[in-house]
Amino acid sequence: MATDRKVSNWWTVWGLLILVWALFPLLWMVSLSFKDPDTFRSGEPTFFPKDWVWDNYRTVFTDSLFTSALRNSVGIALIATLLAVIVAMFAAYAIARMDFPGKKFLLGMALAIAMFPQAALVGPLFNMWRNLGIYDTWLGLIIPYLTFALPLSIWTMSAFFRQIPWEMEQAAQVDGATAWQAFRRVIVPLAAPGVFTTAILTFFFCWNEFLLAISLTSTDRARTVPAALSFFTGASQFESPITYIMAASVVVTIPVVILVLLFQRRIMAGLTAGAVKG
Amino acid sequence: MTMTDVRVAPPAPEPEEVTDRARHERRLGLTLSAPAFLVMVFVTAYPLIYAVVLSLYNYRLTDPEGREFVGLRNYATVLTDSVWWSDFVTTLIITVASVAIELVLGFAFAFVMYRIIQGRSLVRTGILIPYGIVTVVSAYIWQFAFQLDSGFVNQWFGLGDFNFFGQRWSALFVIILSEIWKTTPFISLLLLAGLVQVPEEYQEAARVDGATPWQRLWRVTLPNMKAAIMVALLFRTLDAWRIFDNPFIMTRGANNTETLSFLAYRQNVTLVNLGTGSAVSVLLFLTVVIIAFIFVKGFRTDLSQVRGDR
Repeated sequence: MATDRKVSNWWTVWGLLILVWALFPLLWMVSLSFKDPDTFRSGEPTFFPKDWVWDNYRTVFTDSLFTSALRNSVGIALIATLLAVIVAMFAAYAIARMDFPGKKFLLGMALAIAMFPQAALVGPLFNMWRNLGIYDTWLGLIIPYLTFALPLSIWTMSAFFRQIPWEMEQAAQVDGATAWQAFRRVIVPLAAPGVFTTAILTFFFCWNEFLLAISLTSTDRARTVPAALSFFTGASQFESPITYIMAASVVVTIPVVILVLLFQRRIMAGLTAGAVKG
Repeated sequence: MTMTDVRVAPPAPEPEEVTDRARHERRLGLTLSAPAFLVMVFVTAYPLIYAVVLSLYNYRLTDPEGREFVGLRNYATVLTDSVWWSDFVTTLIITVASVAIELVLGFAFAFVMYRIIQGRSLVRTGILIPYGIVTVVSAYIWQFAFQLDSGFVNQWFGLGDFNFFGQRWSALFVIILSEIWKTTPFISLLLLAGLVQVPEEYQEAARVDGATPWQRLWRVTLPNMKAAIMVALLFRTLDAWRIFDNPFIMTRGANNTETLSFLAYRQNVTLVNLGTGSAVSVLLFLTVVIIAFIFVKGFRTDLSQVRGDR
């Protein structure tokens, strides 16, 4: 017993080390975002600020480059996620429950797209979008985001849908429920967690995307936060943008942290369900 | 008597009705998956074919009138240019280094997450944060940590005024570090999923036979996880191969840190040289096909292990 507990304590120590490795860079980000933009640069920079100031946050929230990017990021990521989840939900339902020609092909295609180098498409998409007039618009980003999120959404959801005991739908109908009631009362509550988990993973993907965001936009009309961050300059050309960039980074990391804290179990289940048989 | 008989007898399937239902199911299945299929074709297959066509022309957006058919000359230009090969090697170094380290580190993480009792959910929550963080943010965090005028690394490790971004190898080191930090959680979760599937009885049997923990790891655990390991490796390799965000943010490709995705971006978007740019795009796509082929045929990665493909 005593050795068992000792061994278990050792695993906890290793676990804490993993936690430090995972979270330490975040601490650095937060610390840097509170440094004084005028004086933080020096020959011997320290980890923590000498004085903690809110200036950087004030600056980013008054900078239209950042606020419009934040609006674009939220809007584009939410719309693309919603569309991807709806389109993938139909496909996943068909894959999980039906037999139809081309099912293998669809899954194979999704797999291929998951491995696809997006950079190979920026040239043609850039040209196509300009011809179609959707270059530098929300739609111009929503369409490719939706596409590249589909493989992950389809796998994850079809994996979840396979675990649903579909015969319960018939059972409910035998018990006197209408087809719609059976679906609404029995299937929807069973399918909802899988759909929701998929939505979180898809949102992460859209929130994170950078290459297409800088390739298919040119102004703050559609530029998302990751793209805008790479164009940040200081308030004047003599100022370093470092502390502002970190304040903006903290802001875009907050939704990620909240989602992870609230839905840790679901995200873990979703990541592994979508990838490897379990 | 007859009543009972009727109730017990299974409902006789009428062949015509079954085919009818099967046909209906087929049609519904196709209808439901059509939107996903069409979107994927429109945004990936069509542009890829378009890129193949464009790659056969000399075509700059700055000079649309000068568009002419040049056959495979763009490919010859790209493949004889040292930039392509330098970027190829850079991409290869980043991919091999980050995937190799992530595999070992990811396995260690998975093992700890598997065994830990106290603080289990804390560790699992913490590890998901790098997974969810924006790659551009990760790139900036690590860049500013190593940068001379803002970072703490040189102070902490007594490196004086060593400029990490001043030469190729140290810059690649920081790029790879950021890549590892951000993506190890993903690989460790895939490996954890494989780890929990190794039957506990096998471990028990090996223990009874007097195997050391080290032997159990190499002879029992790892061989039984082979499928999960190969799938994780394939996914991460192809993901690392298209690396763009980290070098773009940290070095803008200076000091030979440009990658293949970066080259495709620069040719197509910055220089709007769509002829040569498309040739780079097509070649980049082919490298991915070759890597996937090596994994599936060479290493016999069983892609049916990937959920969804029953």
